This record gives sequence, C-alpha cells and structure tokens, in this order.
Amino acid sequence: MNAKTLYDKLWDAHIVRDNGDGSALIYIDRHLVHEVTSPQAFDGLRINNRKPWRIDANLAVADHNVPTTDRSQGIADPISRTQVDALDSNCAEFGITEFRMNDLRQGIVHVIGPEQGATLPGMTVVCGDSHTSTHGAFGALAFGIGTSEVEHALATQTLVLKKSKNMRITVRGNVGPGITAKDIVLAIIGEIGTAGGTGYTVEFAGEAIAALSMEGRMTVCNMAIEGGARAGIVAVDQTTIDYVQGRPFSPTGENLDKAIAWWKTLHTDAGAKFDREVVIEASGIQPQVTWGTSPEMVLPIDARVPDPSKEGDAVKRSGMEKALAYMGLTANTPIEQIKIDKVFIGSCTNSRIEDLRAAASVVKGKKRAANVTLALVVPGSGLVKRQAEAEGLDKIFLDAGFEWREPGCSMCLAMNADRLEPGERCASTSNRNFEGRQGSGGRTHLVSPAMAAAAGVAGHFVDIRSFQ
Amino acid sequence: MRAFTTVTATVAPLDRPNVDTDAIIPKQYLKSIKRTGFGQYLFDDWRYLDQGDLDIPVASRRPNPEFVLNQDAYRGAQVLVSRENFGCGSSREHAVWALEDYGFRAVIAPSYADIFFNNSFKNGFLPIILKADEVQKIFEVVAKDAASEVTVDLPAQQVKLPSGEVFNFEIDEFRKDCLVRGLDEIGLTLQNADSIRAYEAQRKASAPWLFN
Ligand code: SF4
Repeated sequence: MNAKTLYDKLWDAHIVRDNGDGSALIYIDRHLVHEVTSPQAFDGLRINNRKPWRIDANLAVADHNVPTTDRSQGIADPISRTQVDALDSNCAEFGITEFRMNDLRQGIVHVIGPEQGATLPGMTVVCGDSHTSTHGAFGALAFGIGTSEVEHALATQTLVLKKSKNMRITVRGNVGPGITAKDIVLAIIGEIGTAGGTGYTVEFAGEAIAALSMEGRMTVCNMAIEGGARAGIVAVDQTTIDYVQGRPFSPTGENLDKAIAWWKTLHTDAGAKFDREVVIEASGIQPQVTWGTSPEMVLPIDARVPDPSKEGDAVKRSGMEKALAYMGLTANTPIEQIKIDKVFIGSCTNSRIEDLRAAASVVKGKKRAANVTLALVVPGSGLVKRQAEAEGLDKIFLDAGFEWREPGCSMCLAMNADRLEPGERCASTSNRNFEGRQGSGGRTHLVSPAMAAAAGVAGHFVDIRSFQ
Repeated sequence: MRAFTTVTATVAPLDRPNVDTDAIIPKQYLKSIKRTGFGQYLFDDWRYLDQGDLDIPVASRRPNPEFVLNQDAYRGAQVLVSRENFGCGSSREHAVWALEDYGFRAVIAPSYADIFFNNSFKNGFLPIILKADEVQKIFEVVAKDAASEVTVDLPAQQVKLPSGEVFNFEIDEFRKDCLVRGLDEIGLTLQNADSIRAYEAQRKASAPWLFN
C-alpha cells in the first residue's frame, strides 16, 4: 500500500463519490453553525423547500454578536438581537441542537466543539467561519466554508471539494522557556507569509508540536488560515486520545475502543510525500508581536519596527508604508517602546483555560498600567469561565484592574459593543490585525496571552522572559 | 445562480496586495440576515470618511474622494483588478455578495485566498487568476486610460485588452460549467442522494459513534 499523509487518509475516508477530476463529493461528519453566516443558508433551504439532511450532525451556538456584559436583559443592539433571534428560530424550526445565549455551554464555536467532544479525531468538521481550522488539532479535517456551502452542507451532508496539496511544517526541537503555541504559529506565518499555505492542507509536526497540549495545538491550527491554509492538522497521539474522552459527545464503552483503534491510525505514514516541506527550528522562536496590518507582519519582541526604505520590492514597500501609516508607527522604533491603550485576552485563538491561567499568572499581584484604559478578559465559553472562577482566576484579573466578562467573540472582531476607538492600540490575543478588525481605525498587535497580560501591566510591550 | 459568459466593461484598479474580507465588507454589515444590499458598503472603510452601519443611510455619509470607486472614471466598472492574495481573511460570503451587488462581475488578481475563491463561484462571480506581469499590464492600461474596456470571455477562458492583446486563464471544468450554465450546485449534488445514503450506511457500521 502507498504511504499516505494524514490528510490523504482523512480525505479518502470521506469520499462519497470521486469525480475523477481531482474533486470529490466529501461527506461531512460535523457541521457547526453560528449566527453570522447561517441565516441566508437557512433561507435558502426554505426557498427551495429543502430540509437538513442529517440533523444530529449539526450543533449551533451564537457567539459573534452576544454581549459580554450582563445578559439577563437580552441583547440591547436591535440588529445584533435580530441575528441571534434568527439563529434561535432557525434551529428551533429545523430541530438543530443549539446552546443558547444563557446556556452554560454557550461560547465561541471553536471552543465549544472540542470542549463538548463534538469535534473528534478523524471527522470532517465544517463551519461558516474561517477559523474552523482550529479543530484540525484533533487529527480532523476541519475547514471554514462560505454561506452557500453552509446551505450545501445542511441540505446534503456533503461538499464538492477539490483536494488540496499536502504541506508539512515541522517545528524541530523544543521551544525555550516562556514561548507558547501562539509564538510558534506567529513565527510560522512570519516565515511562510499569509499566502504561504494557500492551496495546501498543512500538517504541523515535529517535537515542539507534539509537546503542545491540545489547547496549544488548537491555537496553532486556529491560525493555519492566517498562513493561507484552509485546514491545518496535527496527528493523533496519546495527548489527543486522553483529551477527547469523557466529553458529552464522545463515544463510550465498546464504541470508544473501536474509535481509539481507528484514531491511532490517524498520522502520516513513514515515507509519505508532501508537496512542500518547511522546517523551523523551535529554539530560534522568540516571543512574537505583530507590527502591521497582516499577521505576516510579525517580529520578535527585541526587534525594531521595520524600515520600508530598506525594502527592495515596490509592491511590498508600499504595503509596508500603508501598514505603518495605519498603525501610527515610525520605522526603527523598538517594539518594546510601543505603548498600548487596551488589552484583549480572548478569541478562539486564546481563550481557553490554559490561556487564562498563563495570563493570570503574569498579572497576579500587579496592576494595570495607568495608560491602559481597558483590559478585557473574555473566556471562550461558559464552562471555561466557570473553571477559571473555580480556580480564582477571575479575582486575580479583577484585582489587577482587568475586566472579567461573559463568553463570546467580543473584541476579536468587535461585532458586539466591545471595540477599539479610532487610533487606539491594542495588545490582543486574537488572530487578525487587519485594518478596522477590532473597531474602525483601531490598531491591533497580535501576541500570546502572557505577552498581552504583561503589556497590560507595563503599558507597553515587554519581553515575557524577563518580565518580573 | 446568474450565469456568466462574456462581460465587456471598464476596470477599477485596487492596487494593494492582501485585500482582506474585513476591508471588502466590514463586520458591522454582517449583522444583516439578508443576502442583498451589501454593494453600498463595499470597501466601506476606504470608501467613506465617516463610519457607517446598517442603520445609517449611505446618502448621509461623506465619500472619500481619493478612493478609486468614488472617481467618476471608474463608476461603471464591472471588473476589478488587484494584487496577490485577494480575499484573504474570513469565510464571509458577504464579501462576494458585496462585490456582486455593487455591480462587479469579475476580479482579476495573481492569487486569491481559498475560501473567497470558492465562494465566488457560488454567486456567478468570476475570480480570474492571471500572472503578476499580466495583472501589471492591466493596471498600466487602466492608468493610461480609465475608459479602456476589457472583455472577459469565460467560455474561451480569455481576458482581452483593447490593444488586442489576449491573456488566457485556467479554470476548473466543473466550476466553469456551473458558471456558464448558472447551475444550482445543491440540486446537482442531490442527484447523488443514493451514493450519500450508501456512504452513510457503511460509515454507520464502521464508526457508529459519529451518529446519534
Ligand atoms: S473569536 Fe474571532 S476569529 Fe474566532 S470565531 Fe469569533 S470572531 Fe472569528
């Protein structure tokens, strides 16, 4: 038998019909649904008199529009409310399981899937959201889709897909102290560029990836899309198998044994060929901070803001100039001297319990800097929030002058009330630093949770490795 | 879906790489539960000097005279030309809906983000990949004379310049066929309902935990 990559195995296991032209009808095991990209898909079903193909494959949650403050009075913004109401009524109409806003299990769609065991190794997982790549951490083929495909997945439990190419990114050796999954993935994107993974499914491999917890692997796969790859995956190992057991949607008993036997085959065979291989030395990765308006515009903490006049390529140079103008930065400024106005700890990249623990351990016994007007901590789900509170993390944040909120996407994309004002600068644990992402005119610097917390205390970026 | 065959139109130049979906249609408009009406918000942050929202009438806002779509020469443009990695960022199909609703039928760039590229075909909107030097050529033609019209001929897989110069582009056969005939992909897939059921039956036997 031919040696296969993990992606090849996942693809082959889900072929309903091979079209013979590099495309196939691929079966979808899990479809996660949220309020922003689904209303038009449900409308499409109604207009065409269609029903969901398999109701139990769907799981829905509202996350983008929900307020992170007191929810007992519902959603104040009428437009946001309409969208969340639409999800509620669509799920009720079609019989789809939904965690409603005041359900303890509510949270960011990419946090709750794994948390519930609704994401399992070997599955195909789709969602009308590009960060669906997160679920690839489980050795699942997971990728974001548009609304037409949401409708297609609902109506047929399949998608017509073209097979992508195989890429492996090996992070060799071990990272140094203080270096997190976020730094690893930002360093990778810095290396390959935001379009480096376009057309590929990227497998993350190497000692540094294997050493990560499931939460760390989710952070890495989450940002595969920022490197252009629609899907990122990590091979199943004991860490994966330990994590998925005992969750509400996970198999038990005989089914579990059967499942584990299959899951153990979900890795790339020795000798399998990749279309592209990238190797990164873990020991060279430092704490990362983005300086521009694209995740590839990233540098180590001890670097200086780059100088466009030293860039030879005209298109790149003008891109840099536009980014610096938007970010309000001057070339050659040391990154550590960049002062911030706000801190955001949250998003599907970094809002899980380990992220909150890392941030809390940095701010413990300290205070938010005077120039930092707001430091938001937004847990990824109601269950993460409850766990954090049981550990007293909420107190640590509150004592330090950080705010402790209800779960949701929040200031990752500012569709609710949490946002940056024009010109405000934010140390953010989210995944996109695009213009206006966190609020029109807002300036985003992507960092790890520990780095964001430290910046909130210092008032500017600091090297977490020497931060006291 | 609206069929796409041939379009002859002027071209609007958007000279930047990595035009992301947040720039194409900012998030406040994603709160709409409709599929139409996004064209007026296309490139909103660049196109207007003040901030907009779904409940703010566009007529009351201040257009940015510097932005390409606000310049008279480009008003009727139905083709957009841009640089690498167009459409990167989120999966929001609203980005395609906005381009389409505004009146664009096609975009020309050297490369696209996968999800955007994919979404385009579901909406009768054609993302054309040309080589970087060919894209550069189109920028130059438009810079010289904004009234220049190009012809996008999908059946022939060609972009024709006023000079008579012709650039060929590649496109997947299935996608081309769906676009040219304006086919509904869900309807096509449902013709395979028996295969889907057969797959499910086999999968239920081998991996029962995937079904509740
Ligand atoms: S947290 Fe941010 S990136 Fe993640 S799903 Fe929500 S909006 Fe998208």
